[in-house]
Amino acid sequence: MTDITKRFGDVYANRNVCLNIYKGEILSLLGENGSGKTTLMNMLSGIYFPDSGSIEVNGVPVVIKSPKDAFALHIGMIHQHFKLIDVFTAAENVLLGINGKLKDAKDGIKQICDKYGFAVESDKKVYEMSVSEKQTLEIVKVLYRGADILILDEPTAVLTPQETEKLFSVMRAMKADGKSVVIITHKLHEVLDISDRVAVLRKGEYIGDVNTGDTDAQSLSNMMVGRSVSLNIERPIVEKTTTRLKVEHLSVRDNLGVLRLDDVSFDAFGGEILGIAGITGSGQKELLEAIAGLQAAEKRSSIIYMDPKTGMEEQLCGKNPQQIYSMGVGFAFVPEDRLGMGLVGSMDIPDNMLLRSYLDGKSGFVNMKKPKELASQVVDELGVVTPNLKTQVSKLSGGNVQKVLVGREIAGDPALLMTAYAVRGLDINTSMAIYQLLNEQKKKGTAVIYVGEDLDVLLELCDRIMVLCSGRVSGIVDGRAATKEQIGLMMTSIGGTDKND
Amino acid sequence: MIRISRRASIPRWRSWLIRLLAIILALMVNAVVIYALTKMNPLKVYEAMFDGAFGTNRRLWNTIQEVMMLLCISVALAPSFKMRFWNIGAEGQVLIGGVVAAACMIYLKSIPSALLLMIMFILSAMAGGIWSFIPAISKAKLNTNETLFTLMMNYIAIQLTAYFVALWENPKGSNCVNIINQQNGEGWLPAIFGKPYAINVIIVMTLTVLMYLYLRRTKHGYEIAVVGASKNTARYAAIDVGKVTVRTVSISGAICGIAGFIAVAGQSHTISVNTAGGRGFVAIIVAWLSKFNTLVMVLISLLLVFMEKGATEIASSFNINDNISKMIMGIILFFILGSEFFINYKLEIAKAEHISKEA
Amino acid sequence: MDQLISLVQAAIAFGTVIMFGATGEILTEKSGSLNLGVPGIMYLGGIASLASSFAYEQACKSAGTAPSGFLLVVIPMICAFLAAAMGGLLFSFLTVTLRANQNVTGLTLTIFAAGLANLFGGSLNKFAGGVGQIRVAATSTLYRDKFLDFIPLPEVVNKFLFNYGFMVYLAVLIAIAVHLYLNKTTSGMNLRAIGESPATADAAGINVIGHKYLAACMGAGISGLGGLYYVMDYTKGTWANDGTIESLGWLAVALVIFSTWKPVRSIWGSYLFGLVYWIFLYIGLSRRAQEIFRMLPYVVTILVLIFVSMRKRKEDQPPESLGQAYFREDR
Repeated sequence: MTDITKRFGDVYANRNVCLNIYKGEILSLLGENGSGKTTLMNMLSGIYFPDSGSIEVNGVPVVIKSPKDAFALHIGMIHQHFKLIDVFTAAENVLLGINGKLKDAKDGIKQICDKYGFAVESDKKVYEMSVSEKQTLEIVKVLYRGADILILDEPTAVLTPQETEKLFSVMRAMKADGKSVVIITHKLHEVLDISDRVAVLRKGEYIGDVNTGDTDAQSLSNMMVGRSVSLNIERPIVEKTTTRLKVEHLSVRDNLGVLRLDDVSFDAFGGEILGIAGITGSGQKELLEAIAGLQAAEKRSSIIYMDPKTGMEEQLCGKNPQQIYSMGVGFAFVPEDRLGMGLVGSMDIPDNMLLRSYLDGKSGFVNMKKPKELASQVVDELGVVTPNLKTQVSKLSGGNVQKVLVGREIAGDPALLMTAYAVRGLDINTSMAIYQLLNEQKKKGTAVIYVGEDLDVLLELCDRIMVLCSGRVSGIVDGRAATKEQIGLMMTSIGGTDKND
Repeated sequence: MIRISRRASIPRWRSWLIRLLAIILALMVNAVVIYALTKMNPLKVYEAMFDGAFGTNRRLWNTIQEVMMLLCISVALAPSFKMRFWNIGAEGQVLIGGVVAAACMIYLKSIPSALLLMIMFILSAMAGGIWSFIPAISKAKLNTNETLFTLMMNYIAIQLTAYFVALWENPKGSNCVNIINQQNGEGWLPAIFGKPYAINVIIVMTLTVLMYLYLRRTKHGYEIAVVGASKNTARYAAIDVGKVTVRTVSISGAICGIAGFIAVAGQSHTISVNTAGGRGFVAIIVAWLSKFNTLVMVLISLLLVFMEKGATEIASSFNINDNISKMIMGIILFFILGSEFFINYKLEIAKAEHISKEA
Repeated sequence: MDQLISLVQAAIAFGTVIMFGATGEILTEKSGSLNLGVPGIMYLGGIASLASSFAYEQACKSAGTAPSGFLLVVIPMICAFLAAAMGGLLFSFLTVTLRANQNVTGLTLTIFAAGLANLFGGSLNKFAGGVGQIRVAATSTLYRDKFLDFIPLPEVVNKFLFNYGFMVYLAVLIAIAVHLYLNKTTSGMNLRAIGESPATADAAGINVIGHKYLAACMGAGISGLGGLYYVMDYTKGTWANDGTIESLGWLAVALVIFSTWKPVRSIWGSYLFGLVYWIFLYIGLSRRAQEIFRMLPYVVTILVLIFVSMRKRKEDQPPESLGQAYFREDR
């Protein structure tokens, strides 16, 4: 791939990227969220078409206008969101988009399974499958089409450690078979574990590539984030902390009946930042949503909120968001999905400010004065870059969207502030500004729950860190004393030991 | 190679210019169609249409009346559509409102007229509200497909109307209901300012303005906007999506019921399966095209009714069948629908140096 | 017995009209497009068949030649199919290429096509000498010819099964063909995949736009044959501006739901709708009660809709992306 450029509107997702992929290697494509890894690979697999640049396969210039072109060139991609049809069987999904007989497909599936050691039931419908089964099916599908270049987009995000290990052994088998495998990831240990070579992207630009054997986590992360940033996040000490939230035996099932949170218990104190660490999908989302009343909890679960003003204890379990709102629980929530949940993308900034306070006042009409004031206050104080207040929020850049959201959430002087991946996709300055805001809240006596993915940040910012592993509490550690290795271990096994799973 | 990409933004004047161009183009196509059928000078066509719609006092009032009916139903649909609830059931909701109004006129004619009108107004609104409540609650509780549900409700309403027409048939065997209370006009909306239909205009324009304020300025309106944009965000903001759905759609139905009341008490003074006359469907298109802005609905309703009346007039003077008006309306709508694409997207001729070399 | 026979005959004739409509619409909806223009499309099919056969019969008459039986059948059929397919093409162009909303486009198509058809229907009537005067007798006779009557079975059986023109059997054959296409061919599977998840289908290299166009045009063409059957067989080659085709069109949309998007189910479903629609004649209902009775197909359809939502069986749900637009770059 040479000089590949792709714009979305005015934003460059990829800018003059050049990348080589060799036969019989496992290449890691490394970069932070939003660095353009997936976009780049989507151009290889025909989902997007580059604005400029050229692609050669086996030395021959090619034009990949559609996934079909990509298949014809033996390029196959396994997307993060599975591209499977729920009501079809495994075999039917394998046949999707290619001409062939169902019987041949079943035979082919069996052959591939035997060769690489998969287990796929040809006649099972996709909606009856587990996540790992679906992923396996995706790989089989791509192999059935004769792919020689396989691209896997963050394949381990949804897998358990054992499943990941299994996936890696399959990848090695494919490599031994002479195939090229590209794995998109932002997990350094996986990069070091599996790949032969690493290519790094940052903010849409190609930074460089190194052989895995010649590098280590430190230099890779330097390439990923640019210069080696010593984070130097402030961590003020608040003397007087009070219990704000008492969670006991919290269990949550998703709508498929899978247990997402399993008997979680912890306390959160006013005047501290409680970090929550864990592999993506370990129950972080469910935990915050259960507290916010957006997820129903199982029996025996208990979430007690202690009102700092009245000293009353309120049970939040079994209540919906409306009831929690009317109880006057002072919590703020910065969800992971900013435009899909925290904000309304098609509304302007004042209208979005209104989201938390539109019910204020007795009249049936909304009071637009306060949100307008709040909007200009947030824009001024947090330095939101926007043409004007009337701009639709979806037209702002990611960092400014987050500032609008965080600004609104802290404006209500919450007693409890929950944030999920508050700095995902943001540049370092904006991130620092967000940490600053969280610290201010902490100093005010707010209980802050910070769900994060960057362990360095968690270790520098949080007073205590609770580690989740597959929906269970792996342990709660002191943020000042704990080490990255310790937490890393706890993320993959309960209590950081190998005994349990 | 043509590249399609979503516009980041478009100045308002340009979006209206594009719509205007589409309408002008549609008018030109229509002129050609009419010319083909009548050999009438295309320039004269619109003169004749204008004359047909506004030429005489009677025609003018007729046109205004029709605009009000269409506008009233469109306004009724505005909140549902803003919430992205596809209420295709306006036709039925209007009819049910009309049936209830007619029933009041027939059975309660001994009640003083002012009081009777109040009762009719309220009961018609309730009937329309209930008719839309049924699919709404089903959507809220079971997530049934509202497009299909409300569509089916139309035909149940039509059959129900047919039943009452048969029940109230007058004269016997005619299969229609004669003008109700012709002698004393019980349950007829009174003439004001000497104009028999002026009160319809007042009611509908009031509803139009109120609905504008309701959607733009009230807490309910805000909830509707949030639910329409993202159900997830609504839940996050402690909005009870089910409750808002049921409430909003019931309001839609209630106003449709009021439209039925106006059609019966203020216009035809009778009831038939054609009382809604397909306006329930046209109003859907009006509501959608005006982006739920009730003030814009006035303009679009006016345009459509003008075309319809004008075409009907031409049809009658050339002795062709007045279905031409529907066809002409369809053509205009096709053009406006298509024009939205050019507002939301831009077409670029891709600079294909690299690519074309390889291809 | 005679009553039962005539009831079944009426039900099957009635059912055939909506079976065509529903089969075509199932094909369209399976690709994720909800085309509410079915009534309009059936109008297009009806008027095209009438106008073309009228023209052909007139041409033969003025030339003084006997019309060819083959052409009498084939000309209106091709014209009906093409005219209706044009409706589907217009729908696809607006919703797929110009990305207009499906519901609104479909409804506009119904308004437009109903106007067009009744305009020409009325004009043809007048041309033929006044309201209700048009009559394409030669064509209609061929369409109503009981072509399976020769099969030597007991008369009763014959009356139940073989008392119809060939279109009745064609409707069943097409429904089965669409079923086989959707479930047994690669292209049909791709089409269903698009209806479930266009993004997935796209990523699998399926031509989403092409399939959507194809489904909407072929589906419309099939629906249009319902209009043809109504004009040539059901009303014996005449035209009435009474809006019946429109209400039959909506009944076809109802039948799609009733058969939970399965063409084979629409076969017996359509006959059942026909039975329900005509049974009042045989159980001695007053006209009032008849009107109530005619609600039944719609009520039953709503019950099916509710039942399917409650039972949550994946195979009975509407196509996942039904009514939603898909544009690759929008993701």
